[in-house]
Amino acid sequence: MRLAKVTLIWAALAAAICVPIAAAAASPLLAWRDPVYILAGFAGIVALGLVLVQPLLIGGYLPGLSAYRGRRAHHWIGGALVVAVVVHVGGLWITSPPDMIDALLFSSPTPFSPWGVVAMWAIFAVAIIAALRRRLGLRARTWRVVHMPLAIVIVVGSVVHGILIEGTMETMSKAALCALVLAATIKVMADLRVWRKRGTSRGESVT
Amino acid sequence: MNTFVLNRRNLLAAGGSVLATGVSGLLLPARAEGLAPTPSMPGGANNYLKGAPTVDRIGKGGFWMTGTVRRAGDGAPLAGQRVQIWAHTTEGREGDQRSHGATLTDKNGAFRLEMPQIIPIFGQPHGHLAYDSGEFKTVFLRPVMRSAKDTSLEAHFVLQPA
Repeated sequence: MRLAKVTLIWAALAAAICVPIAAAAASPLLAWRDPVYILAGFAGIVALGLVLVQPLLIGGYLPGLSAYRGRRAHHWIGGALVVAVVVHVGGLWITSPPDMIDALLFSSPTPFSPWGVVAMWAIFAVAIIAALRRRLGLRARTWRVVHMPLAIVIVVGSVVHGILIEGTMETMSKAALCALVLAATIKVMADLRVWRKRGTSRGESVT
Repeated sequence: MNTFVLNRRNLLAAGGSVLATGVSGLLLPARAEGLAPTPSMPGGANNYLKGAPTVDRIGKGGFWMTGTVRRAGDGAPLAGQRVQIWAHTTEGREGDQRSHGATLTDKNGAFRLEMPQIIPIFGQPHGHLAYDSGEFKTVFLRPVMRSAKDTSLEAHFVLQPA
């Protein structure tokens, strides 16, 4: 029984990420796209999938992973998310430089662009601060105060960005993935009592 | 001898006409100066290539780009104006030379150019049009299709003297 439940949770996660990717792989639009553009698009879809994994790891919802290993995986997947976003933006830049420059300068006519660009900067900011966290001497509570708002920006930005795009992703599987990302984020924020005034981890005192 | 009778009916009629002229004057200030020129759209000039050849059809066709070119102010149709068109289609990318073509407006200021089916690119199914012949100020348009399944798209220019 226990094994069945574990298998089910992991299978559900795999399906939540792989079904949208498979559906996008079947998109007729791919026939008229260059390999670089296709790669850029799928890097974006993979990034959205990684955004789903992050709250699940840190919330400890994935069975078989200790809290320590969950946190380690969260760090590595954060790095992978940076790589995916760089491939996404880089590939789109190669495909159509003026469109990508417009997006980065917030002068794009497409309503989804600023959401994606803001989420990108939030991802980069989290990655940089996380990498320097020890050197900066950030305490757990301070780190959390920095990371949580940025995490919300990443999630909301990514979801709105994805939903507004008319691209290779199939509508239903995209909406389902976005709903799961939002649900996982809300759940972990509630469970970890992110908004509590007092620091909860490691018995820290409030400054 | 005329006697002006201020009854309910006269009052309503007079008040109504004042309202009608006054309010429409407020809501449509452009009317006083005539038809306003079309501004260039953000991203309209992206992947523009200078000097697209005037063609009967771009590629194999199957999709229609239509529109009009008029003069700002009086709205007079402008005949013989060159409109350049390009898009990401089933036959090529926006930046590819073969995706670009130009056509001229007829005596009614209308243009119509057959081109390959437009495919969504950068998240939106859209086309690009340019007027840059010099006589009027350059305008770049970037209309978006309501649905990626549409087989036509229109765009309208109102030009002002350069």
